[in-house]
Amino acid sequence: MSFNLPGILPRMKTLAPLLAPLAAALAFSATPALAGKTLDAIKQRDQVVVGVSTGVAGFSAADSQGRWSGFDVDFGRAFAAAVLGDANKVRWVPLSSQQRFTALQSGEVDVLSRNTSFTLTRDASLGLHQTAINFFDGQGFMVPAKTKVKSARQLKGASVCLQSGTTTEKNLTDFSRTHNLNLKPVVFEKIEAANAAYFSGRCQAYTTDASGLAAIRSREAKDPKEHVILPELISKEPLGPLVRRGDDEWFAIVKWVVYGLIEAEEAGITQANADKLKAESTDPVVQRLLGKSDDMGKLLGLDRDWLLRAVKAVGNYGEIYERNVGEKTPVDLPRGKNALWNQGGLLYAPPVR
Amino acid sequence: MLIALALLLAWLARNTLANMAARGIQAGWDFIGDAAGFDIGEAPIAFDAGQSYGRAFLVGVLNTLRVALAGIATATLLGGAIGLARLSRNALLSRLAGLYVELFRNVPLLVQLLLWYLLLVEYLPDPGEPLRLGSWLLLSKGGLSLPWPDEGGWSLPQPGPFAVEGGATLTPEFVALWGGLSLYTAAFIAEVVRGGVLAVPRGQTEAALSIGLSRAQVLRRVVLPQALRVIVPPLANQYLNLTKNSSLAVAIGYPDVVSIANTALNQTGRALECISLIMAVYLCTSLLTAALMHALDRRAAIRER
Repeated sequence: MSFNLPGILPRMKTLAPLLAPLAAALAFSATPALAGKTLDAIKQRDQVVVGVSTGVAGFSAADSQGRWSGFDVDFGRAFAAAVLGDANKVRWVPLSSQQRFTALQSGEVDVLSRNTSFTLTRDASLGLHQTAINFFDGQGFMVPAKTKVKSARQLKGASVCLQSGTTTEKNLTDFSRTHNLNLKPVVFEKIEAANAAYFSGRCQAYTTDASGLAAIRSREAKDPKEHVILPELISKEPLGPLVRRGDDEWFAIVKWVVYGLIEAEEAGITQANADKLKAESTDPVVQRLLGKSDDMGKLLGLDRDWLLRAVKAVGNYGEIYERNVGEKTPVDLPRGKNALWNQGGLLYAPPVR
Repeated sequence: MLIALALLLAWLARNTLANMAARGIQAGWDFIGDAAGFDIGEAPIAFDAGQSYGRAFLVGVLNTLRVALAGIATATLLGGAIGLARLSRNALLSRLAGLYVELFRNVPLLVQLLLWYLLLVEYLPDPGEPLRLGSWLLLSKGGLSLPWPDEGGWSLPQPGPFAVEGGATLTPEFVALWGGLSLYTAAFIAEVVRGGVLAVPRGQTEAALSIGLSRAQVLRRVVLPQALRVIVPPLANQYLNLTKNSSLAVAIGYPDVVSIANTALNQTGRALECISLIMAVYLCTSLLTAALMHALDRRAAIRER
């Protein structure tokens, strides 16, 4: 190959403008792995970045002023209160079902508090850790009341609207095959399109987690009473926050804030009485939870008031539930499986000890 | 230069795979043989949840091709007609055609698709009470159901308890996507056709008219063959655009390759593999279309004597 330098030089001139963006691309692609550094980054930034949904009533939704509220949002604020001392030091990143895991894997968010189900695939193959279950849900169906359908097994041959990117499709197919229903899925990328299609009558049923059905019915239906949520729950959907692998400290903190808030409800600590109980209570469990006797927070890398701050910011588990999805809210979900273990439900936190 | 680019790509690939391994994210194509576990709403070949992801992707590709080919056919016919209408001496016709072009070119395609879909789904009859057109066609929110050959005989659509059963259906998703893509791309094709016709020198038209050809004959025998030279390359562009725009199907519930790859991505977590598969599908389709149009281009070219 002959090397004609004068011949090459003019071509180099035209290529020179390409070199700068190429160099930039190289520089950005060489970011080191974030193993073990999530907690450091949070403390340095003085802010927790929480991935939430794009708008699920009762779990994470923004109002017209852009203020976020919901079950998952309150847990996000609890994490910030426990680690940084201020429940407002949070940045909310709305994520669609497709983006959520990639956003967490890549470091765009620190924790995913986004009504996400725990499954083996997500725990084992995505480089993520599932922390603690804070909501026991299941997939259900919603149908218009006028179809007079009383059970999901009657939906033979029906078209079912759903959103892509979730465990929903697989569960629907499993249910359809088991009961020989030949259900036809109509899959939308955006939940708004799926809602519009269902409410205009394109599909005979809508399927997603039962909590999501209640949220959609309360927010989108012209008359919520015209839609019925069928009694069958066709899958187990344990929801909870997820974190990246590689930072065991942050993993432990997120997990134990969830358990701590459940323990707080069990011990009778509320947002209102937390300070008073810290000063006056003689119950050893309460004293340990609130940091009066032992310093459990130190073991997590926090200070002794970690749980006190969390409870004062958002309340105990029961208060979070009632405020966002309880029976006084439009979403109106009974505690059911989400009651404490000693009250007929499944919430059983390991002791903070 | 090419060597440098190849080295860069190889280095990026190695870096990505190393980072993914470091974070415990699994990679690889082994999931293609696994059972898909999800149904597809409409499939040109038989598909059920027990079959592999590979077959699911095939269904997606076939769905994409189905709507792309149908869209290309109708868009060309409609676009050609509107382009010529805009050049007509009838002021009303040319103004209407101009209005069509300006309207459909300037509204984003996603908005148009959502509009057609929601209109269709709102105003079609309830699936429980379908409208009977003729003796074999049933129209409902589930779509237009027609008889379809099935194991020797014919499967006729019948009203069922929830929806029409039997036969084959043109779903509102397909019709909205096909119609939306056709109307949108036809506006662009109209301008391409108009540009092509205007590029033919006026002298040709004048000479043809002076030897006694009618206006229609002038168009068909003199102007269009020469205009085709100028029309074919941008037309190829529009066909490629239409094919790629069909990926918006996922917004209105049509199971094209992007929608199915998204589902596979979410079930297996293999984001990199699924997205690269989508890219490969569109690249191959586009290269094929471009090659076909290039062959057409050579046939339409002027042969210098």
